[in-house]
Amino acid sequence: MLLKLARQSLWNRRGTAIMTLFSLTISLVLLFGIDHLRKEARQSFTSTISGTDLIVGARSGQLNLLLYSVFRIGNATANVNWATYQRISKHPQISWTIPIALGDSHRGYRVLGTNTDYFVHYRYANEQKLQFSKGQQFNDVYETVLGAEVASKLGYKVGDEITLAHGVGAVSFSEHKDKPFTVTGILAATGTPLDQTVHVSLEGIEAIHIDWQQGAPVPGRRMSAEQAVQQDLTPKAITAFMVGLESRMATFVVQRQINEFKGEALSAILPGVALAELWQMLAMVENLLLLITLLVLIAGLVGMMTTLLASMKERQREMAVLRAVGAHPWYLFVLIQLEVLLLTAFALLAAAITLLVALWGLQDILASRYGLFININPFSLQSLYWAVAVLAVSALLACIPAFTAYKRALSDGLAIRL
Amino acid sequence: MTGIKPVTDKPKIPAIELKNVVFYYQRAGWQLSLPELSLLPGQHLFIKGASGSGKTTLLNLLAGIISPRQGDIRLNGAPFSTVSAAKRDTLRARHIGVVFQQLNLISYLSVLDNVLLSAHFAGSDKHESEQRAKVLLQSLGLEPELNHQQAAALSVGQQQRVAIARALLTRPALLIADEPTSALDADNRDSFMQILLEQANACRTTVIFVSHDPGLRRYFDMQLDMQHLAKGVQPCY
Repeated sequence: MLLKLARQSLWNRRGTAIMTLFSLTISLVLLFGIDHLRKEARQSFTSTISGTDLIVGARSGQLNLLLYSVFRIGNATANVNWATYQRISKHPQISWTIPIALGDSHRGYRVLGTNTDYFVHYRYANEQKLQFSKGQQFNDVYETVLGAEVASKLGYKVGDEITLAHGVGAVSFSEHKDKPFTVTGILAATGTPLDQTVHVSLEGIEAIHIDWQQGAPVPGRRMSAEQAVQQDLTPKAITAFMVGLESRMATFVVQRQINEFKGEALSAILPGVALAELWQMLAMVENLLLLITLLVLIAGLVGMMTTLLASMKERQREMAVLRAVGAHPWYLFVLIQLEVLLLTAFALLAAAITLLVALWGLQDILASRYGLFININPFSLQSLYWAVAVLAVSALLACIPAFTAYKRALSDGLAIRL
Repeated sequence: MTGIKPVTDKPKIPAIELKNVVFYYQRAGWQLSLPELSLLPGQHLFIKGASGSGKTTLLNLLAGIISPRQGDIRLNGAPFSTVSAAKRDTLRARHIGVVFQQLNLISYLSVLDNVLLSAHFAGSDKHESEQRAKVLLQSLGLEPELNHQQAAALSVGQQQRVAIARALLTRPALLIADEPTSALDADNRDSFMQILLEQANACRTTVIFVSHDPGLRRYFDMQLDMQHLAKGVQPCY
């Protein structure tokens, strides 16, 4: 009966109840959504690179190096000489290296020049190897391997030809049209920026720039694709390289040796440490965001209490009738509490459904526009804690109108003031 | 006038009994005193009083919402005013029915659920109460198809009759009616009075009826004037 009363009373005031539900749902969607995005972003970031002990690039801050080498965000300030790279990769403690050359793009997707070691040694998430969903690695100068998203978004399949553009903008006016690349393979989706990368060989990068100087084609020195292959395509410089060590124990020693390398100003960073620094920087923004969502939620809850308090006046009749038939003032207290809990529970449910639908719909956009790979399921044990906390706070706030009902029941008795 | 059967053949336990009851509010220089009032089961009392005469206070005392400052109220021969508020609420649910001036019903509940409210708080058997509620509603002249309608959809006269059904569902010892006819026209008023007393007698329920309308006096064998109560000493009989 109590539940029936609460339910029907809410239904009786469905206009305001639905608006309250709406505002609560929005704030809960915000809370759960932002909490989820925050965790997923962290997950997505940290799973991008794994098994790499050091990243080496021209001397710069570790964040900058991490961002451009791993996340394809921003640009390198300087390059690493090919000779330097060759020398360091022969270090006895170094087991493998992956060279990286950045700077070109294909329809907004970054082009990464590397060698076939990339497909052998690169690891992401929990030491996972790269897999080909179709085709195989590149073996020739004008061959390319596409990330999963590049292929699916642009509709490429193995055997298609693509042209690269100079620079990294989505729209480029200087394309390397004369030297098209053939797609030989497409990587399986990894949920990392790798899916948005076009992979070519270092020689390929060298070949398309062979008749260029200072970022522009040299007039009168055009060289056809076939001619270019005849040239010496050994790169002169690369952007950065990843290093795998024989033994993790040597990490700091090798890092110091690279940082103190005499021939060239280099920086060697530990990806894990750099990621931690990145998160430390973002943590403040993250916490601020969470704080704002919490305040929005509190505002929603306070709004609900305001509506309830306002309705107490028109519900005096209802309360007096209940008192007359023998309801104890506590019964009225519990009735109001129950209404609040029902509303909050409904709002939680509505928020869960909205969030699921929204994530399902937004997943692709988030992935393609922002490189955020979001798990559709936003719920974890922690969201259960959140839900319980929200219910607890609303029950606490509901004490205000509930206590008003209780007090009125005692003072007004059977008197009904119209 | 409906016949009132004096119950002389049974032990006389009053349905409600007030002794030396005094109530006053701390701030108001006003006092309600009732030296003695005793009503046997089936006896009905008309209390004449306009609003502002302390009527609500008396009703709250009789219904056990408030306790007198002095004196004692007993319900069915058992202590009433001296027990805890929670106990009084339970006793009210079981032994007292209340009919207000108007808007007696919870508008969003169905007619039947409104009637069953009193059974819920009295803790009576649900199935049995529902059967009785249906019979009661029908004998009060309410068609069974109204049972599942929202209370708000009924006319005022019908609503007042539903209120009687609710008040009498638990066969209470006492029915407190607070100007229940004031929102009704003359025809409805008379049929309402007939049906109220008829059903109350069927349950051997004592009715305390408060009204400022002297025309209703004729339905009752006993009368009390609020003016005397609020002033001071007032013997009842």
